[in-house]
Amino acid sequence: MSETAAQAKGNGLVGLAPVGLAAGLFVWFLGFLPAVSAGEVLRLQWDWVPSLGISLSFLVDGLSLTFALLISGIGALVFLYSNTYLAGHPQFARFALFLAGFMLSMLGLVLADNLIALFVFWELTTITSYLLIGFGHETYKGRRSALQALFVTGAGALALLAGFILLGMVAGSFELSVILAQGDALKAHALYLPILILILAGTFTKSAQFPFHFWLPNAMAAPTPVSAFLHSATMVKAGVYLMARLHPGFAGTDVWMWTLTIAGGFTAVFASVLALRQSDLKQALAYTTLMALGTLTLFLGQESGYAMTAFATFLIVHSLYKAGLFLVVGCIDHGTGTREADILGGLARAMPFTALAAALASLSMAGFPPFLGFIGKELLYAGALEAGSGPALVVGALVIANALMLAVAGVVAFRPFWRPAGGAMPHTPHEAPWQMLAGPVILAVLGVVFGVFPALLQDTLIAPTVASLLGSAEDAKDLKLWAGVNMPLILSIATVALGLAIYLGHVRLRAALARAELAAPNFDNGWDRFLEGLKGLAAWQTRVLQSGELRIYILVTFLTVLVGLGGTMLARDALPGLPDMSSVTWKNLALAVLIMAGAVMAALTGSRITAMASLGVVGIGVAMIFIVFGAPDVAITQLLVETLVVVLVAVALLRLPALDPAGTRDWRPRDALLGLAVGAVVTLTLLAVLEVPMDRRLTDYFEVTSWPEAFGRNIVNVILVDFRALDTFGEIAVVVIAALAAYALLRTTDQGPTGRSSRTRKGEDAS
Amino acid sequence: MEALLAITIGVLVAASVYLMLARNVLRFIFGLVLISNAANLTIFTAGRLTEGKPPLVPEGLDAPVGTVANALPQALVLTAIVIGFGLFAFALVLVFRAYTSLGTLNSDEMRVAEPREDART
Repeated sequence: MSETAAQAKGNGLVGLAPVGLAAGLFVWFLGFLPAVSAGEVLRLQWDWVPSLGISLSFLVDGLSLTFALLISGIGALVFLYSNTYLAGHPQFARFALFLAGFMLSMLGLVLADNLIALFVFWELTTITSYLLIGFGHETYKGRRSALQALFVTGAGALALLAGFILLGMVAGSFELSVILAQGDALKAHALYLPILILILAGTFTKSAQFPFHFWLPNAMAAPTPVSAFLHSATMVKAGVYLMARLHPGFAGTDVWMWTLTIAGGFTAVFASVLALRQSDLKQALAYTTLMALGTLTLFLGQESGYAMTAFATFLIVHSLYKAGLFLVVGCIDHGTGTREADILGGLARAMPFTALAAALASLSMAGFPPFLGFIGKELLYAGALEAGSGPALVVGALVIANALMLAVAGVVAFRPFWRPAGGAMPHTPHEAPWQMLAGPVILAVLGVVFGVFPALLQDTLIAPTVASLLGSAEDAKDLKLWAGVNMPLILSIATVALGLAIYLGHVRLRAALARAELAAPNFDNGWDRFLEGLKGLAAWQTRVLQSGELRIYILVTFLTVLVGLGGTMLARDALPGLPDMSSVTWKNLALAVLIMAGAVMAALTGSRITAMASLGVVGIGVAMIFIVFGAPDVAITQLLVETLVVVLVAVALLRLPALDPAGTRDWRPRDALLGLAVGAVVTLTLLAVLEVPMDRRLTDYFEVTSWPEAFGRNIVNVILVDFRALDTFGEIAVVVIAALAAYALLRTTDQGPTGRSSRTRKGEDAS
Repeated sequence: MEALLAITIGVLVAASVYLMLARNVLRFIFGLVLISNAANLTIFTAGRLTEGKPPLVPEGLDAPVGTVANALPQALVLTAIVIGFGLFAFALVLVFRAYTSLGTLNSDEMRVAEPREDART
């Protein structure tokens, strides 16, 4: 980034306000520390949608306070950093708004005690992170990465919502504190497995566990401060947070333990191998974040005090060093104009403070004493040795992942500063301004301070967090630098040796990995293919369902009726019995036959006059049915309407061509079959309806009230003009609208081509 | 008797489905007329049939004597007949107008709103 006049001017108040907001929140949260470390759990509640049992309630315990402090603290440093990093950026206000919105949603997420409120905050982080990743929306890559993150985490969130609703139904409450109190009942419930799968689908996508990991490295398209904030300490840890939050209620079953162990362990190893493969510093860090998320997931699968202490410690360690390192990479990018590991070198002289921060943070990441990272790693090993799910497997995965971590730390934070440059850098390296150094330096120094004085964390955050997970602060293990010569120490030494070896060979390893990557399936391309396939499927479905042919639409409609009605009748075994035909008189039979004959004739004839006459026969037959069965009013209306129908058809036919082109006959066996089937189903349905006793309550009411209340002796008329007058009014409106519309259509006809001229036009088309 | 009408309605529906699936939109209109008749008869029959006793309150009484025809379906059918007619009249004018504008009654050739996709060829 070059220094310009706009940059020198800075962002004014817009740049500083979020820093103050985040810092203020951090201080406010610090105020909770004494109470929480004393073992208290604070709860705040407001009714939100009381009718659905949804309230806006917040819970402050060890776990949520740890997260809240990390979010607001790192947030303040990131805001300070980005105010300079993006100084004078024309879109800075937008950026600050999104980032502040994200921070607040994230805080809401970790503090919410109500599942639905948590979900709303969860989705808010999805949306704000979408906007942040897509901040550079001018580039295709930026848009694609943002959309990918939105789709993957959004799809997971839908599953999560389904899981939450099931969970709320099973537990009878949406309050987390209530739900988690009934852990054993929950684990024994028949819906435990579906709930677990749905919720893990949400958390695994959010926290980028394999095979949903691919969106996270792509999300590095966001500005570096965003990556530092979202993709190290906060958003991607939302999934981890939720798993930790649900740990007391869900953990302890084999499914939970093995799913988390395998997914977490595999992600950790897989991601650290890929981290070594990257030459872009930011990409390398992105993959190490995946490794950390995998490790955290892996430990949440366990239940021992060591595992939980390791989880809490590693959570803090990772947030501190990873946010710091991302910010360092931002400083390098800012100072040299590149992030390519192969080019960068010799920066220690030009950028001493950045180098210091990088060194401290990376030593913590690599797990050297006396850094907090070392304590974290020792605890990880101690926890792994106690793992319920195959200690050898867990320890093996961790040793490999940690050794690779050490190598990556070397690539990211040692080589660019202390080794000779591999090529010409775009700018002459220069040190970043203090606002950008504050973040990395403070975060890195905290890693040392907590490492040397672990007691600062022990009772304030670690023990309360373990208490949130296991129910008792007694289970928390001690954080100490020197625990004597034991198994974890030996494993640490092995890790360091292995890691150094990998670092020394990393250039050759990277080349080998690059070759291997070409051969392996690529999830990112798979994503593209998946989207293509989805679009293809949608296009195919549209082509089939929306063919643009009227006949197909009608066919689908009638088939649906046929399958819906007939299928239901068959499935429920609700076929009616044989009807009683004894009451049929010759007169009535003659009427019915007349109607049927008219209908069949109308269907099969090719002559317009015959069709018209047949329709008339059917209409008059129906009118006669009405007369015979005591409905004279209906019959009169029917006769009038039928007459009008025939007249109108006759008028129209004067101007319309023959039904079939000369020399052809309309006979469609397939349609006839469908017609017969639908007709049969309608008959059967009606017969089944007729088997049910008639409910005459409404009719009885009309019969006894017609005269006394409405002063009419013709009950049908009274119903129409009195009891259901509004319906009749609506009916009149429909007829008026139809008439107006018809008039409008006919009027435009006068101005357009006449029937005769269009016929000529048709002739022209044919020629 | 209801059973006989149920069969009649079935035949009406079969004929109208066949007609509505025709390419010629005029046949579709015929189908429409038939299916509204079928629907009206269905409502009427489902309310059960009473021969020769219209639902009237005799002079001097407060309610009909004995069982009279079910008034409720009759009122519904009356409304349905009129609305069905409105629909029919509008559809007929639409067909007429379509013919004068497009020069065809074949619905397969009416592709102004949804033109055939080139991809399909």
